[in-house]
Amino acid sequence: MASKPDITSPPPVSTTGEAVILPYPETAIARRFFPPMPKPTHPAAVAAQKFASAVLPTAFMLAFLLAFWTLACGPDSALPSPSKVWEESHEVIMHPLKGVEFHGIMPEIQDGGDVGIGAHIMKSLGRVLKGYTLAAIVGVALGMLVGTNKYAFRALDPLFQVLRTVPPLAWLPISLAIFQQAQPSAIFLIFITAIWPIIMNTAVGVQNIPQQYRNVAKVLALNPMEYFVRIVLPACVPHMFTGLRIGVGMSWLAIVAAEMVQGGTGIGFFIWDSYNSSLLSDTIVALVWIGMVGFALDRIVGAIGRLIARNG
Amino acid sequence: MKQRSYLALEGVTVEFPTKNGLFCALDRIDLNIEKGQFVALIGHSGCGKSTLLNAVAGLNRPTRGVIFLDGDVIDRPGPDRAVVFQDHSLLPWLTVEENVALAVSKTANGKSKAEQKDWVQHNLELVQMGHAAKKRPGEISGGMKQRVGIARAIAMQPRVLLMDEPFGALDALTRAALQDVVMELQARLNNTVLMITHDVDEAVLLSDRVVMMTNGPAARIGQDLAVDLPRPRDRLSVIDLPNYAHARSEIIHFLHERYRNPAQAA
Repeated sequence: MASKPDITSPPPVSTTGEAVILPYPETAIARRFFPPMPKPTHPAAVAAQKFASAVLPTAFMLAFLLAFWTLACGPDSALPSPSKVWEESHEVIMHPLKGVEFHGIMPEIQDGGDVGIGAHIMKSLGRVLKGYTLAAIVGVALGMLVGTNKYAFRALDPLFQVLRTVPPLAWLPISLAIFQQAQPSAIFLIFITAIWPIIMNTAVGVQNIPQQYRNVAKVLALNPMEYFVRIVLPACVPHMFTGLRIGVGMSWLAIVAAEMVQGGTGIGFFIWDSYNSSLLSDTIVALVWIGMVGFALDRIVGAIGRLIARNG
Repeated sequence: MKQRSYLALEGVTVEFPTKNGLFCALDRIDLNIEKGQFVALIGHSGCGKSTLLNAVAGLNRPTRGVIFLDGDVIDRPGPDRAVVFQDHSLLPWLTVEENVALAVSKTANGKSKAEQKDWVQHNLELVQMGHAAKKRPGEISGGMKQRVGIARAIAMQPRVLLMDEPFGALDALTRAALQDVVMELQARLNNTVLMITHDVDEAVLLSDRVVMMTNGPAARIGQDLAVDLPRPRDRLSVIDLPNYAHARSEIIHFLHERYRNPAQAA
């Protein structure tokens, strides 16, 4: 039996009278720690590793999805498999800018229905831009009003809470009745869909301005204008941009719905048209486009928010 | 007729409406502070120290009684009563410099932009923060933030400087460094100061007078102790003086014998 360590004996003493620190045995270190993975040192290798760790999971997921999709669609299924989509919609995928001419950076889209999917996306984006800009301006202003004034809050909040649950398409008949034309009513639809989250979040942001900032404003005797510009606006930027971000996503949802019903141009119309012509693979291509553009919109608004929060 | 003090609280009562009727935080407080005096306000948590300070700041109104500052009745907050908040309350979207500049711009008295900028820089240097002028509050330590908080307050050249537990959230060493800053500033500027603290040593070291408050509700002033120590002070030279020990013991007896913390007594 191995001898037990004698805890009562004093620590070993060196000749100079100082305590000796016994080195931790190397065998124990080897037992306890896995050797670290050798790290790449070459900058190209480091960059490659970073890139791979960022991109590979997504790539694998995509590959898995495509494989699953291919397997799930048998040879006679109504839903086209990925290879069939590629075959049938080759023209749509490869020529998205058909019928678009660029003057500088401003695109000009040919009249008539026979244009590429990119042109439809541009039409839709144009409508979203108008409706969403309106919603952002009016929504932030109303949110500020509701957030700062409790009577405005009591008066308007119930109305907002009821109206915000109305789905975009339900507004369509009303919108058509008001504007009589497709274009403005589509823009109104975007507006009415996107505005609620912007109002709500801005109001919450204003209501939640920490008491300490309010006290600073009081001690400094800021006038209402200064209080608004120096305290309220910067303090509620994060909430405001949460609302703007949700809003842009919802407006993109609404435009597709609106255009599907109204026809003419736009990505929603494109989907409706391809469905009516039994071109399901075109629909699938449009789906991918819609998703990518929606994702991009969300990221752009998020990035603007971060930029403003940093420099506010 | 008696001459009124520079800062005079006369019969100040503060009550808050609650679910169970009126809650009386302060009961008929009389307090007179002369110009250039540094007064510490000490008492257990919840005794209404902050309520008293906020009443002087104008952030809450006394239900009864009047507060005079240099003959004027206080009825609203204003930059002539700068506050150093416990949580520093710097605006995170402004740089250190801009935070102070905002306060300076509200108390400029016709100073030009360049003069204001110099004044901001001068005050930041008084608290040894000139080097961090371009940083944001999120990028500096807690002690540095509070230095900026102090710079912001003194840059306003207030008639009375109010400090609400200014060092309560700091560690002991940082706190000592900031106390030194405050002592230096006091020697240089001779402000009228009302400071809330929990710390007995801090109260004795910094102030000319320590006002001790009884436990709430309906808190009153229990004892008003003059601290007779030579100025300018420094921590090492005063700590062995008999007056220091005396003041310290008076306060500790008050806080832990006569008016024990109600939470501990229960």
